[in-house]
Amino acid sequence: MKILVPVKRVIDYNVKARVKSDGSGVDLANVKMSINPFDEIAVEEAIRLKEKGQASEIVVVSIGVKQAQDVLRTALAMGADRAILVIAADDVHQDIEPLAVAKILKKVIEDEAPGLVIAGKQAIDNDMNATGQMLSALLGWSQATFASTLDIDNDNDIARVTREIDGGLQTIDVKLPSIVTVDLRMNEPRFASLPNIMKAKRKPMEEKTAADLGVDVTPRLSIITTAEPPAREAGIIVNSVSELVEKLKNEAEVI
Amino acid sequence: MSILLLAEVTESGLAVDATARAVTAARQLDEVTLLCAGGSIVDAAAQAAKIDGVSKVIIAEDAALAHRMAEPTTALILSLAEGYTHIVAPATSDAKNILPRVAALLDVMVISDVIQIDSADTFQRPIYAGNAIQTVKSTDAVKVLTIRTSVFEPADMNNAAAIETVDVPALPNMSTWIEDKVEASKGPELSSAKVVVSAGRAIGSTENFGIISALANKLDAAVGASRAAVDAGYAPNDWQVGQTGKVVAPNLYLACGISGAIQHLAGMKGSKVIVAINTDPDAPIFQVADYGLVGDLFDVVPQLTEQL
Ligand SMILES: Cc1cc2nc3c(=O)[nH]c(=O)nc-3n(C[C@H](O)[C@H](O)[C@H](O)COP(=O)(O)OP(=O)(O)OC[C@H]3O[C@@H](n4cnc5c(N)ncnc54)[C@H](O)[C@@H]3O)c2cc1C
Repeated sequence: MKILVPVKRVIDYNVKARVKSDGSGVDLANVKMSINPFDEIAVEEAIRLKEKGQASEIVVVSIGVKQAQDVLRTALAMGADRAILVIAADDVHQDIEPLAVAKILKKVIEDEAPGLVIAGKQAIDNDMNATGQMLSALLGWSQATFASTLDIDNDNDIARVTREIDGGLQTIDVKLPSIVTVDLRMNEPRFASLPNIMKAKRKPMEEKTAADLGVDVTPRLSIITTAEPPAREAGIIVNSVSELVEKLKNEAEVI
Repeated sequence: MSILLLAEVTESGLAVDATARAVTAARQLDEVTLLCAGGSIVDAAAQAAKIDGVSKVIIAEDAALAHRMAEPTTALILSLAEGYTHIVAPATSDAKNILPRVAALLDVMVISDVIQIDSADTFQRPIYAGNAIQTVKSTDAVKVLTIRTSVFEPADMNNAAAIETVDVPALPNMSTWIEDKVEASKGPELSSAKVVVSAGRAIGSTENFGIISALANKLDAAVGASRAAVDAGYAPNDWQVGQTGKVVAPNLYLACGISGAIQHLAGMKGSKVIVAINTDPDAPIFQVADYGLVGDLFDVVPQLTEQL
């Protein structure tokens, strides 16, 4: 079974996003960019399935700017077999909406015919939490979102998935092919070793454009402004528990 | 304008708080038609009919809708979607699972975690873990929105809306529900509690959460946790507060042994009053705290419980 993993290039999760003063967006020039943390978990899970003999090949796909080559190389160095880059924008500040990404992925999947797609549950830049669900819808496949465990039954074409839901955990079986979106606790991604980073440079990376695939990426949501959230006023340090209790009672009046 | 709102219904009935908060947001646009879908939904619908701002409650009852699985619930919503300009739901894990699927099949974008409705087509939502607020104008014919409930008050419950039952179409059967492991929480619910007491990695064990629960009991508070505490197995996943967990905005949030990573702040920065207890005076949590106490949580928390 072939597994396809979409990966997105996003601001590194350790970097605090800075809003541009003219309200036009978040400044991404000269900012450290990395593979979206959830996508890294998805890549790791695919590699583990291959190591267990449950998957034959792992194809990673990124959609965005040319620079997304970096994150594809990262995924290849972790252990993915080959990469596809779909260039859909020139400017690093242009985010391709989940609906357009899903349409592009659908085209790629029609070519590649994977038995399973493992994706991150959300990208930490737009925080939409939508691409996996949209892709599943467009393909008419089953979906298992927010997964913390994934067990594949290759003989019966079924995946058993534990999902993190509001009240706790849910277990479902989905028919393959399916789309699983992963949550944080599914695994801890490996670091790529130096030899594997070298090897990844020779792994195949195919380049296409959104236009090649016939997908219109014009945004449906036009961005009016991007603003800083209201700042919290600086507070005070109290020196004792009794002072804290006094302040909460008489100053803040919350207890 | 006409608005279809998916009520949050679980095995234990209507999630009144989440649904009533989403109604508060949606009714700014127009009266709301509330869809109650599930395996056995009559009681939830009766409850839902009381929410102010609801003009009609639609009942869709079918065994296949029992566990809010994405594929059948999406098919149901699509069968009803015609004529509605907005399809809305509270941003619960169920709705986040279902609404993007609905949006894709309507060929429109979903707009997740709306925190403000500016007009029928213009909405505000947080991006980058709440480090920026984006105002977006939708050019789509139908707007599909999930509402961040923590920023809206629940609508009152003085209504008596009409209840109507609809025929459920043939539903897809691609997934099988196996089980839910849902612990009934003893205290108030995390997403709607007036007070939340959270602990981080520093708590060290599940047993040690006892001192947090004792304080929470005293304050009639819900218990929360950082991702590090959940990952370490000290707390269940549904206690996680943050960018990828629950978003809370209580009157009082106590962060005990939590460093204040941006991903955690994303889930609690909207709290009215924040208290931080941390041994490290340089911990970033102090930058958002109204009251900071530099100290060992194992000393401070029991003392606090005693003095309250
Ligand atoms: C994609 C992504 C999503 C994430 N989503 C979330 C999320 O939703 N929620 C979330 O919380 N995190 C999230 N994180 C993780 C986040 O980045 C931090 O790693 C996490 O919040 C740290 O948890 P912590 O503060 O408990 O642990 P630490 O950062 O280890 O902090 C522990 C704190 O305890 C203090 N301490 C130690 N001993 C004591 C003591 N005895 N008494 C008092 N204080 C003490 C220390 O000084 C320190 O400040 C996410 C990360 C990523 C990459």
